Amino acid sequence: MAPITTLAQPSAIPTLEVRRLHKSYGALEVLHGIDLAVATREMVFVLGRSGSGKSTMLRCCNRLEEPSSGDIFLEGQPITGKRVDLDGLRRRIGMVFQSFNLYPHLDTRRNVTLALRMVLKLGRDEADARAMAALERVGLAGKAASHPTELSGGQQQRVAIARAIAMEPAVMLFDEPTSALDPELVGDVLGVMRELKADGMTMLVVSHEMGFAREAADRIVFMADGRIVEEGPPEQLFTAARHEATRTFLSRHTRQ
Amino acid sequence: MDQLLDQFFNLEIMAAAWPTILRGLGMTLLLCLLVIPLGVIGGLAAALTSLSPRRWVRWPAIALVDLFRAIPPLVLLIFVYAGLPFAGIRMSPFVAVAIAFMLNNSAYYGEVLRAGILSVPRGQAEAARSTGMTHAQTMRAVVLPQGVRNVLPDLISNTVEVVKLTSLASVVSLGEMLHAANLARSVTYNASPITMAALVYLILLWPAVRLVSRWQRRIAV
Amino acid sequence: MTGFDRFLATFFNGEVIVRYLPSILQGVWVTIACSLLIVVFGVAAGVLLACVRAYRIAPLNVAIVVFADMMRALPPLVLILMVYFGLPNVGIMLSSFLVLFVILGLVLAAFTEEIVWAGLTAVDKGQWEAARSTGIGFTGTLLQVILPQALRMVIPPLTNRAIAITKMTALGTVIGVPDILNQATTAQSFSGNASPLTIAAIAYVILFLPLVVMSRWLEERFVRHRR
Repeated sequence: MAPITTLAQPSAIPTLEVRRLHKSYGALEVLHGIDLAVATREMVFVLGRSGSGKSTMLRCCNRLEEPSSGDIFLEGQPITGKRVDLDGLRRRIGMVFQSFNLYPHLDTRRNVTLALRMVLKLGRDEADARAMAALERVGLAGKAASHPTELSGGQQQRVAIARAIAMEPAVMLFDEPTSALDPELVGDVLGVMRELKADGMTMLVVSHEMGFAREAADRIVFMADGRIVEEGPPEQLFTAARHEATRTFLSRHTRQ
Repeated sequence: MDQLLDQFFNLEIMAAAWPTILRGLGMTLLLCLLVIPLGVIGGLAAALTSLSPRRWVRWPAIALVDLFRAIPPLVLLIFVYAGLPFAGIRMSPFVAVAIAFMLNNSAYYGEVLRAGILSVPRGQAEAARSTGMTHAQTMRAVVLPQGVRNVLPDLISNTVEVVKLTSLASVVSLGEMLHAANLARSVTYNASPITMAALVYLILLWPAVRLVSRWQRRIAV
Repeated sequence: MTGFDRFLATFFNGEVIVRYLPSILQGVWVTIACSLLIVVFGVAAGVLLACVRAYRIAPLNVAIVVFADMMRALPPLVLILMVYFGLPNVGIMLSSFLVLFVILGLVLAAFTEEIVWAGLTAVDKGQWEAARSTGIGFTGTLLQVILPQALRMVIPPLTNRAIAITKMTALGTVIGVPDILNQATTAQSFSGNASPLTIAAIAYVILFLPLVVMSRWLEERFVRHRR
């Protein structure tokens, strides 16, 4: 359990790096210059009130939202700018959504194989094998022939995770992966994330799961009003946050 | 190119045909004024009977609606206009058109209104009935207003179709706009009068078509 | 003769029916052939136009919307007469069958474009994001993820519209297409009897009633599905 921070190892190239990221909608600036680096195998949690810009920041990382200015690097390669092969980069950045976004017209297996076939151009057998391996990792190999509508929310989200990890991404982005789930289904999804971390996946997570963040994260980043207010190892933030905003937020969200 | 312009956009011929087409337009509008209300009233009857809880009312109503949705309106019109006289039932083209379109339009308006009524949550009717309103009062004051609002785009679309349908009256020599334009075409050997009628239809109907498209998109998203 | 006998002799005259049934049956094939062609061409062209519109290339989209609006606002009979009587005067001779097929095909294409476009825009935005986040490109996402869902959504309205427009093949009678109605009106004027018109109406009911009933079934299944 070594809390690695990129600040401590300036020589290593971070897997994902965000520099001076600004994002505006018209006259409204929602991100006022974000600097953030996620080291290889690191799990970084982003906390903050809704409206603090954390989801926007995450969605900028694979350009579902177009940054207004600033740079983002994947393993040292810029992903911002006009001449970038966006689809080529996106397949190396896995994303898990709050609302799962499984394809309702395809069964579980084909939800996972679609990008394997279309983007990685794998043959049918190879794509199927990789999809089954990914479904195995999330504990749903038995549901390969089911349709998304036949699965519980927790199962749907695990299939969505399988869809992302089957591409063997360099980093995974989680956008409030458990917010749409019934409380009793949250545990399964967090369990899968815990296993991914154990297997060495690099992860950037926006979530309100305080207990999980404290237990599993290597580092926590707290955002407010479109800025990173403070960051550090979980214990430091949870026990000795320096900023008033962080303390208020944590006390309000950990009391339950 | 010049030939095309001369054949389809000959301004001189258009100007000469304009009074005839204008008279035709008058008949088209008169026809609309008659067949739209008739269709809506017939449609309301079709919708209410096809939703009746009594099977011996519901099934015949649905069967009639489907029958008139299966027969092309022109076939219906010619049957009424050219067929019924053999049985000694003679009528003017105007009456024949009114009867044939009433049957056809009622079926289509009926389907739209039926979908509208079905779109109102059951709880609405239950709430009204629980306050002591009768079935008829509930329908009139609670269900229909909401149902009509829910299918307003479809009602407008259907009305556009009804207006377009009036052009079929030209086939039985009722002097509506297309008949007038086609008459002018046959006299001048030039299609410009029909272009002109087309332009009038566009002016009449394009706004409605555009409105419904924008409207439905807003609901969809 | 009783009133009922007179009614039968006028509308179900066996002799007249036997004599003219073959020609009306010929009309049935013409109506079926024209209808099938219209559906295949109209739906294919409409889906293609809706997909092109998804790329949001401004001049193309303006052209598509103007085309779709005009075809939906104009009565088909106006277009049929304009093309059928206008084009020969500029030296383009088209058969009446071809004119009927092209006009109604274009009209169905216009309605299909609008219906499918509404379906495409109704698919949840998250579907685009999910597919794009795995590196699938715009075209791949459109064709493999969005379009299949949109088509499933629009099957009931599309079926209704296709039926309404194929029924308009009866308009071909006006320009001399030898369809059911045309054969029947010819037979009616030769025989001086209304039975051929009755047969024509029955023929249309046999052809279209199953489709109408099917569309009702589709619609009801769809509504129940959504609840």
